[in-house]
Amino acid sequence: MRVAVLKGGDSLERQVSLRSGARVEDALERLGHEVLPVDVGRDLVDRLTADAPDVAFVALHGRGGEDGTVQELLELLGIPYTASGPSACMRCMDKVVAKHALRDAGLPTPDFYAFSQAAFEELGAARALPAIEERLDFPIVVKPAGQGSALGIKFARTAADVPGAIVSAFSYDTKVLLERHVAGRDLAVSVLDGPDGPEALPVVEAVPHEEGFYDFEARYEIGRTSFICPAELPPDAADRARDVALAAYRVLGCYGFARVDLMLDEATGELSVLEANVIPGLTDTSLLPLAAEAAGISFEALIGRVLELAVARTPA
Amino acid sequence: MTIDETPRGHASGGETPGMAKPRSGARDLERYAGLFARRTQVMKSSAMRDLMAVTARPEVISLAGGLPDTSTFPAEDFASLMTRVGVDDAARALQYGPTEGLNEVKDPIAQVMAAEGMEVEPEDLLVTTGGQQVIDLVCKTLIDPGDVIIAEAPTYPGAVPVFVSYQADVVQIEMDQDGMRIDVLEDNPYGMLRYEGEPLPTLFSLDGGEFVIYLGTFSKILSPGIRIGWTSAPRPVLDKLNLGKGAADLCSSPLSQLFVRQYFADRDWLAYVRELTGVYRRRRDIMLEALAEHFPREATWTRPQGGLFIWARMPDYIDTTDLLARALREHVAFVPGRAAYLDGRGGSEMRLNFSGVGDDDIREGIRRIGEVIREQVGLYETLTGKARPGHSRAAGDRGGQAAQAGARQRDPDAPDARVLPLHRRTG
Repeated sequence: MRVAVLKGGDSLERQVSLRSGARVEDALERLGHEVLPVDVGRDLVDRLTADAPDVAFVALHGRGGEDGTVQELLELLGIPYTASGPSACMRCMDKVVAKHALRDAGLPTPDFYAFSQAAFEELGAARALPAIEERLDFPIVVKPAGQGSALGIKFARTAADVPGAIVSAFSYDTKVLLERHVAGRDLAVSVLDGPDGPEALPVVEAVPHEEGFYDFEARYEIGRTSFICPAELPPDAADRARDVALAAYRVLGCYGFARVDLMLDEATGELSVLEANVIPGLTDTSLLPLAAEAAGISFEALIGRVLELAVARTPA
Repeated sequence: MTIDETPRGHASGGETPGMAKPRSGARDLERYAGLFARRTQVMKSSAMRDLMAVTARPEVISLAGGLPDTSTFPAEDFASLMTRVGVDDAARALQYGPTEGLNEVKDPIAQVMAAEGMEVEPEDLLVTTGGQQVIDLVCKTLIDPGDVIIAEAPTYPGAVPVFVSYQADVVQIEMDQDGMRIDVLEDNPYGMLRYEGEPLPTLFSLDGGEFVIYLGTFSKILSPGIRIGWTSAPRPVLDKLNLGKGAADLCSSPLSQLFVRQYFADRDWLAYVRELTGVYRRRRDIMLEALAEHFPREATWTRPQGGLFIWARMPDYIDTTDLLARALREHVAFVPGRAAYLDGRGGSEMRLNFSGVGDDDIREGIRRIGEVIREQVGLYETLTGKARPGHSRAAGDRGGQAAQAGARQRDPDAPDARVLPLHRRTG
């Protein structure tokens, strides 16, 4: 098949996307496909029209590629594409929308409040902050609603930290999220679709090297976090994590693959869903390929399966 | 990683959007990830790097660069000097040269050092591939893993990955180093670019070459593209640096060295430095003016007497890494202060370059940055109830409302003034 690999783009995660895309291209070539690498830019529609690929592999991360924009365009052009459709993309890219959907479906997610910049500037939302702080307890995690990487995520330990953290988060989005911090273990469960429906892959745990300190950026820095797969959890906890992730995948309407990030509360043993990524990283250090490998699925097999699912979804 | 010393379009991953990527080694590197040496694992792959990659896009006014303005060098001069080198010296220009450098280029180096009050013998000089190579060679020669490097704070961001790759422990101090009894590497690329005030004596001239390793470069007074720098050091150190350089690249380009010789022989290099200094002084003044006009009064900045940069400091609650993400949406870039520190400091500072951008872009760039800072200051004041009508643009535009939103104490020990009743969510 002629496969267009969409990568790069102009989101802040361009670099990771280029690395994901390069690895996908390698795998597709080894699988015997004809690869058309496309660094997504202004000429995307022209190129797709001219090259007329049989299917598009979306290896974009962040705004534009992961928020439904490119997916909508591919629908319009009638080109089958990998992973989730526009509505699941939009739902997952906006952490607030995703958390509402999860909570409405009765799935656990840490308590939160979300505000737009206008709410603070025009509706006096600042006066609600003490109430929020009281409800959520410190520390509070402050996040932009729609940023895929660790950028802009801040940890407010006291009330004095909150305004600065909110200002930082608004650098990335016009909507921010104040979330209860869950002290515990940081888990990621990748879900992969298959002929018998979606299955949850083995659980990955992110273990920061510095004890008692969590810098969100550390998670993405080589040498500062170890990723353990399968995570060393009691069998019961691992099964529950996979069940919750699978339920979240279904509720959010994902397709093909996705990665669901969870916290396992150290004190209560309860699980909660932080977010879902519809196009998780596919680099050599990314978690989805790691989990697939632990399940005995090679990178080529993973890419091959996701591609078949893309073709199967769209009637020829 | 040279975050900011690379011309736009050539920063990491700088493919043109929409262009098919040719089959290249970059992809093969992925496959060999497991083979990388252990020391490469301490090289950071941080979110800030991803952010800096965006600053190289053509639509962005980048005050993040560190580039001299090469457009001031007359093209005809360049062509005729290169022709002279070709006619007179083709064979030598195209041949390997001695590791320590060609003798003829050491005379121009001595002239530059003399202009800064230093006397040096040709045999005390090692010609290098830019000043950057000196930093690498000094680390290679003097630093074992775990050794301590004391660096100025803030430091040159391009030195950071060198220190890191030699696994040094870096301590950064505010520079006022009376009485340090250690080996000192004096990195002096901007000494000749002086806009006002008395020239400062170099450490090298004060110390007499006993503990100071001096680093010079033609990058800022002639051209960074020729990649010619030099070092002068105590003899035993210089011998080791020479061995290190031989191992690294045999010799610096004789073609470039002969160009330098020809330039110093046929042209008035001091006149060109004066011209450059005039251009940069004007741009510095334009930037200072723009800062005074567009930055809110909560910000402070330096008034540099030399060099290519102004450092600005924001209120503590503004994180300039996040501010950069916001500024990039307005197509303007700077270097967040954190890039020049290794210990997490500098979070509210920014480095602004005035040498590599035209006058209008400096004004427009500073205007845009000022606007996003005002937005964040206004937002912060709204959040903390400190907003004053007309105080900053964001708050001022919404005057009354922003002021009303206040009434909230920010002292964490003080009881909160008012708590709004909210319905607790279930679930």
